[in-house]
Amino acid sequence: MSISRDEVLHVARLARLALTDEEVERITGELGAILDAVGVVAELDLSDVPPTSHPLDLVNVWDEDEPRPSLELDETFANTPARDGDHFRVPPTV
Amino acid sequence: MAPVVDTLRLTAEEGIGLVERREISPAELHAAYLEAIAARDPELHCFLRTTAPGDGSSIPVALKDVISTKGVETTAGSKILSGYTPIFDATVAERCKSAGLTLLGKTNTDEFAMGSSTENSAWGPSRNPWDPSRVPGGSGGGSAAAVTAGLAPWALGSDTGGSIKQPSALCGNVGLRPTYGSVSRYGIVAFASSLDQIGPVAKTTRDVALLYSVIAGRDRRDSTTAELPEPVRVPEADSLAGVRIGLPVELNEAEGIEPGVKDAVSRAIALAEDLGAEVEECSLPRSVRYGLPCYYLIAPAEASSNLARYDGVRYGSRSDGDGYREMVERTRDDGFGDEPKRRIMLGTYALSAGYYDAFYGQAQKVRTLIIREHREALERFDVLACPTSPTVAFPLGERADDPLAMYAADLLTIPSCLAGLPGLSIPVGLSEGLPVGLQVIGPQFGENRLFEVGHALEQAIGFDTVPTRLR
Repeated sequence: MSISRDEVLHVARLARLALTDEEVERITGELGAILDAVGVVAELDLSDVPPTSHPLDLVNVWDEDEPRPSLELDETFANTPARDGDHFRVPPTV
Repeated sequence: MAPVVDTLRLTAEEGIGLVERREISPAELHAAYLEAIAARDPELHCFLRTTAPGDGSSIPVALKDVISTKGVETTAGSKILSGYTPIFDATVAERCKSAGLTLLGKTNTDEFAMGSSTENSAWGPSRNPWDPSRVPGGSGGGSAAAVTAGLAPWALGSDTGGSIKQPSALCGNVGLRPTYGSVSRYGIVAFASSLDQIGPVAKTTRDVALLYSVIAGRDRRDSTTAELPEPVRVPEADSLAGVRIGLPVELNEAEGIEPGVKDAVSRAIALAEDLGAEVEECSLPRSVRYGLPCYYLIAPAEASSNLARYDGVRYGSRSDGDGYREMVERTRDDGFGDEPKRRIMLGTYALSAGYYDAFYGQAQKVRTLIIREHREALERFDVLACPTSPTVAFPLGERADDPLAMYAADLLTIPSCLAGLPGLSIPVGLSEGLPVGLQVIGPQFGENRLFEVGHALEQAIGFDTVPTRLR
């Protein structure tokens, strides 16, 4: 199946990737080929089959609500590219 | 003065023995491995960084770079995490420390564990100790190659669709992908959360069982973990009397399995029969045709969600942009390599409006079928067996520009991963001078049985894990 350049740009926007023109061109071709290969799942009639999201039969786990120390502020900010006092600094959002 | 230790041959169990008998100190043993790394790693590039001997009471362990280590840079093989220094230990790292193991270093991996050769590492590929012109497999090629080259007594890897088992096969050692939920994922750089598992790599099945016993068991910080139904047993018996081994025809006759791989696996199966195993063919009719497609929808979908966190705000690199959105988009385009981008795009597409049911939803249903057919086969058999990898180690560069050819490397490891089942790869011989791995798959929490089979076969085969060129 083929995927159009516009679809690739739309998906890149959803995925927050500023792809270069060269990347858009390459990925358009690659995604088409990969979608052809994975598309064989459509052959199967699975209308009666439930989906699996997780391979273990686990039930919810309840834990005691015990207060525990949380991270120090300096630890929290240890890896940020831009700290501003007690805040993460980002460019304007609007 | 410390005895001269041949790290190429020393098993972890033997190393522990030396330390316990005080024939060598933990620091001296650690130094012996650092020397081996200094001698051989410039060629092989298994380690992204090494660490000095700590205050551990036992032997060292190498950890794949997707495992968070407090105070030690953890990049998951990605430029976007360059310089990232975790402020906490992953549960598996903490459990290794508690057992007295010292961190030897962080091993190379395909970026975010996405790949089958380590060629997708932002820091350059690792090389196969049997033939440095070939790949060590991936994504955990650094851990597997380090163990084979005597650069670590044992190591931890992570396996989403074969990233422990396949490199172990290609490097000629033993690797375990445990049952999904038996080992905590807390502190692991997430790739595909319904598939990711941490597991051990070592020269022997007994070493693998020992390290598994250190890391396994429920963790309150990972609600998808379960208590093991029975304690881990380090295998001893060399008989396979009464063990029922099923050979799924689709996994043993799949297109693309090299004749030399098939021969080595057949010889191992014949040996298993000599040891008393009952061997019979069986069928997993949909696992090969639909396993790979199912995986390459589910894993990228989960990855696209997990990798959304790399936005240049709380950690990781940041690129400049005029507004917030532009900053995030540029950060991600600059920071991610080609393979993560490909998978983020594929996964986002498979989850997007209009395509969700046809791709992601359908793949989740295929996964149910694959679970069911494995369950049915494992009602008749104790374990299933097939080659781990269709081929021996391939040359660097051979598949690097062809994503689909690279994905096919995991054709035989993926189905049982989707089913959440444990799988052990053990070396069973050479083809064209390169190691061949046998994959043994068991029921959920059937690790002890896998260890018994692996150990008995290992004794009977007598495979020399030291690469010919290093002997």
